[in-house]
Amino acid sequence: MKTGVGLPVFPGVSIGPAVVYRKSERTLPVSSGDPAVEQAKFDAARETAREQLTALYEKAKVELGEEKAAIVEVQMLMLEDLDYLDGVAMAIEGGAAAAIAALDTGEEFAEIFAAMDDEYMNARSADIRDMSHRIYDILCGNVGFQLPEGSFLLVAEDLAPSETIQLPREKILAFVTRQGSSSSHTAILARTLNIASLVQANIELEDAENCEILAVDGFTGNWYIDPDEETMAMLKAKQAEAAAARNALEAYRGKESITKSGKKVILAANIGCPEDAEAAIAGDAEGVGLMRSEFLYLGRDTLPTEDELFEAYKKVAEIMGDRPVVIRTLDIGADKQVSYMGLDKEENPALGLRGLRICLTREEIFRPQLRAIYRASAYGNLHVMFPMVASVWELKASKVLCAKIRAELEEEGIPTKEVPIGVMVETPAAAVLAHELAKEAAFFSVGTNDLTQYTLAVDRQNAKLGEFYVPYHPALLALMAHIAKSANEAGIWAGICGELGADPKMQEKFIEMGYTELSMAPGRILETRKLVCESEV
Amino acid sequence: MKEFKHVIADPLGMHARPAGMLVKAVAPYASKITITAPTGTADAKRLMALMRLAAKQGMELTVTVDGADEEKAAAELQAFLAANL
Repeated sequence: MKTGVGLPVFPGVSIGPAVVYRKSERTLPVSSGDPAVEQAKFDAARETAREQLTALYEKAKVELGEEKAAIVEVQMLMLEDLDYLDGVAMAIEGGAAAAIAALDTGEEFAEIFAAMDDEYMNARSADIRDMSHRIYDILCGNVGFQLPEGSFLLVAEDLAPSETIQLPREKILAFVTRQGSSSSHTAILARTLNIASLVQANIELEDAENCEILAVDGFTGNWYIDPDEETMAMLKAKQAEAAAARNALEAYRGKESITKSGKKVILAANIGCPEDAEAAIAGDAEGVGLMRSEFLYLGRDTLPTEDELFEAYKKVAEIMGDRPVVIRTLDIGADKQVSYMGLDKEENPALGLRGLRICLTREEIFRPQLRAIYRASAYGNLHVMFPMVASVWELKASKVLCAKIRAELEEEGIPTKEVPIGVMVETPAAAVLAHELAKEAAFFSVGTNDLTQYTLAVDRQNAKLGEFYVPYHPALLALMAHIAKSANEAGIWAGICGELGADPKMQEKFIEMGYTELSMAPGRILETRKLVCESEV
Repeated sequence: MKEFKHVIADPLGMHARPAGMLVKAVAPYASKITITAPTGTADAKRLMALMRLAAKQGMELTVTVDGADEEKAAAELQAFLAANL
């Protein structure tokens, strides 16, 4: 047995086999120096790729149908393309190693297709990349990331949002990462999925790779590799106890969240993708207080189309029915990057072109999202809110665009509903100006993670700054009191959608300040309702 | 040299699949076969070049076949386009 600690981000106990996720650490073969040898290597790898794709095609045809299989077929055809093969041969002739020639030539073609004025052809660049990466991987001897049949605990150095999104979420029992923080995306995902997880764990990836059983205690932050009998018994007992506590909370399901003095609070869920709305319902959320819409933009090679966005929002609207759903418009930038938007690399992305700033400068990105939201508004109770607002004009400009888009849709004969427009208060400027913004906004929702980071000038991704990231800082609480007061005076509602909204040590204080909505991971709602119902405030 | 015209009927235009089938269909012939769309000209034996035409439904393609087996190639290609594009 080996044991150690990490920072727990969700309570609970998980026990099972471990899978180690490593970023592809490929060993790049250097060129032999002989073009003929490199060409032979490439030809052999292409043959292997052809065999792999043929097998994949047959499998896809049976399991997914002809249409999905055609996607594989396109890659098989590209593998035969003379322009591609000529390009590779020329690169090899010029001294490149076979692997590099395969990859770079693929990239050249992918870029040509990505730049074409044709949506269908733009999407083909992903096929070209997939195809050339396959050859590259074969030449580098990369076996890829193997997942076991059943459920597992995922161990990694760190996980990027684009990586977590590709994982089979229903099979993951826990995340254990060596880096990350309690507000990193892995932590947020763990809370959405209700799985015990650790960040900043002092676990060696090699040890996890070679273990039979990994156990995580999300109450204490301990991890155990191949726990002994005594430890296993202790963990199993804890697991049973946690399950019993969850069952006890079921008494609060379907109840209103009202304090003893009669203050009613809406307890809503934070979600990332349409599937999470099911989790919100399962957690008995009274609405969605924050839909992080950027997740529809991650883990892909092109912008999602208006129709794709519409379908996603419509799905959430329909699942939630009458319950309010607050969609936060795209918040790309900072720790969430996508290559296809062609954003410049920034010295200081947290203070850079992100959130509403991208949307206001890149209308071609913002417009389809707003159109999709308004189109979906007819199917439920949608609200929209803008991230990273710092000035009143930004909100005014966005409202003008919203009105224009709604009028356009009406003219096109597409039904829409009134969509209340709110501000995600997460810059100190917006907090200080809350009384001004309240005249223009239909509601506020405080993003405490960024508001803490910007107020205290503490980078929340920097694990070394942990002790300086103080969410109970009096400066932050003073801002939060001002935000609630400004909202109440203007007759609009104010909520909290950051991690602090789920903090049982703070919830009563926030209700006292005048917040009437708290949005959190779906798994926290019932316990919060218990707290609210037992509260005297 | 043989030359004929074909107007694209496929609602998706010259997308990857028919382009790939076209490449396969003309591969056995020695003749040089070029396809000209309003968007450019491509060697019919080269998939990515064909796709880069981004030829859409309703566009007129001019096909030229030049070589020893041009008669047979042109006839087959004409039939292929009528059936698949």
